[in-house]
Amino acid sequence: MRAILAADVNIAQNVGFYIVAAIMVFGALRVVSGRNVVHAALWLVVVLGGVAAQYVLAAAEFVAISQVMVYIGAVMVLFLFGIMLTRATIGEESDLNNKNWSIGIPVSLLLAGTLVWVIVDQYRGEVLSSPDEPMSTTAISDVFLREGLVPFLALSFVLLAAAVGAIVLARKD
Amino acid sequence: MYAVNFLILAAVLFSIGVFGVIARRNAVMVLMSIELILNSVNINLIAFAMMNNSPEGHVFALYVIAVAAAEVGVGLAMVLMIYRNRRSIALDELSVMRG
Repeated sequence: MRAILAADVNIAQNVGFYIVAAIMVFGALRVVSGRNVVHAALWLVVVLGGVAAQYVLAAAEFVAISQVMVYIGAVMVLFLFGIMLTRATIGEESDLNNKNWSIGIPVSLLLAGTLVWVIVDQYRGEVLSSPDEPMSTTAISDVFLREGLVPFLALSFVLLAAAVGAIVLARKD
Repeated sequence: MYAVNFLILAAVLFSIGVFGVIARRNAVMVLMSIELILNSVNINLIAFAMMNNSPEGHVFALYVIAVAAAEVGVGLAMVLMIYRNRRSIALDELSVMRG
C-alpha cells in the first residue's frame, strides 16, 4: 500500500462515480421490488445506462459503446417484446413475487456483507491510477484477433446457434 | 479513484440481482435480475482491467456481453413457449417437466 498523492485523486471522476452509482443502486432496487413489469424494464434501462457511464469513467470506451448498443438497443427491446407477448394486463400486479420471497433478503444481505468484507480486506487503499488515454480499440482488437481468435470464432457460433435456437423454440408449428 | 469503489458497487448490484432471482415469480423478471448479475460481473472485469492496465479484461467483458445477448434471446424464446403451452409464466407453477 502506498501513499495517496493528490494527483491520483480525480475529484470529477469520484463525484461522477458516486452520483451514477447511487442512481444505479436505486434503479436496481426498483427493478427487483417494483410491482409493474414494464416499469421494472424501464428501470433496468437506467441501470444499464449507469453501467455504461461507469465504463466511460473507467476508461473503457469501446465496452461502453458495446453496452449501449447491445443492452439498451437490443436486449431491452427483446425484454419489452417478451413482456408484451406474455401478459395481457397492463398496470400493477400483486403476484409478481414468490410466496416466500422474504428469504431472499437475508440471503442477499449475507452475500453482500461477505463480498464487501472480502473486497475491503483485499483491496483497501489500492488506488486505480487514471490512465492518460482510454483503452484503445486497437489494443482490444489485437487481443481478439491474436490470442482470443478461437474463442472469438466459437462465440460467433454460439450467437448463431442462439439465434437459430430461439427461432426454433418460439416458432408456432 | 479507489479500486474498492467499483468492486463494492459490483458486489451490491450482484446481491440485488440474486435477491431478484430468489424473490421473483415472473420468469421475465428473473431474466432481468440475471442481467443485473451479469452487468455487475462486467463492472468487476473492467475494474480489474483498469487495475492492471491491460486489454484482456475488456475482451472478457465483451465476451460476457455477447453471451448475455444470446442467453436473453434463448431465454425469452423459452418463456414464450412456456406461456403458449400453459398460459402462465409463473415459475412456481412449473413443477411438472412434461410438455
